[in-house]
Amino acid sequence: MVNFDDIYVGDFLPVLSTEKISRTTLVLYASASGDYNPIHIDIDFAKNTGMDDVFAHGMLSMAYLGRLLTNWVDQRSIKKVDVRFTAITPLFAQIICTGEVQKKQVVGDQKIIEVLVEAKDSNSGEIKISGIATINLTENRSN
Amino acid sequence: MLDINDIGKVFDPITASVEKGQLSRFAKAIGQNNLIYIDNAAARNSGYDDLPVPPTFLFCLKMDVPDPFENYEKLGVCLQKLLHANQSFEYFNAAVAGDVLTFNSVVEDIYAKKGGALEFLIEKTKVVNQRDEHIADLVTTLVIRS
Repeated sequence: MVNFDDIYVGDFLPVLSTEKISRTTLVLYASASGDYNPIHIDIDFAKNTGMDDVFAHGMLSMAYLGRLLTNWVDQRSIKKVDVRFTAITPLFAQIICTGEVQKKQVVGDQKIIEVLVEAKDSNSGEIKISGIATINLTENRSN
Repeated sequence: MLDINDIGKVFDPITASVEKGQLSRFAKAIGQNNLIYIDNAAARNSGYDDLPVPPTFLFCLKMDVPDPFENYEKLGVCLQKLLHANQSFEYFNAAVAGDVLTFNSVVEDIYAKKGGALEFLIEKTKVVNQRDEHIADLVTTLVIRS
């Protein structure tokens, strides 16, 4: 259980490493998410747009960030997640998700922390997604 | 080309039922191994009435229509030039399997940068459940390259 009093600015969340993104991953994600944009599943379409190959859904990596957060706190504590997609994630990339506590404050009677969340390529370290998660730890929930 | 006169345009509401099968497929697709999201008993032990909708899945439910890109194409967006630039979720109440969610979307803003080489479309979506409880607000920023 994550307790507000035990958290400090600069703390890191347990890192989440994911499996390499394969064509199968993208087809499974397209089917599960309903996002059949052909740029993620159809190599012919991708080549017609000038890409070498299909690339991963940005929302797949954001879902990994969701896993990072819900592995750490109860989902009902998450108040906001706001991210920017900064680079395309190619096929065969492996995504590492990290989180670092950036703010800790009591607003009224609410215990709020802000976490910098990032999804990076495990090889190059290039940031694919970066953003802020706002978490309310006023209620202690077990996870 | 986008038209700034479309700012404020309200899209037809989308209604989606949250089905267990969908949640299981999503869990598998994203490598989810946290039992709360895949096992009914674990979900109930955590105080949910059923399997919870994970943080980003609301975005997927919104695409659960025959042609999820139709609204954008009607605004003049070319799919081949479309990139997802930003996404935010603000949460108010939990959603679980069995809920029926309604997504009300509006074009919040349209603007161009780099002399029109990049166009931005910002869509805001309010999500409510079958009891009209506010579940979440989503803000999607799309970039269209010219």
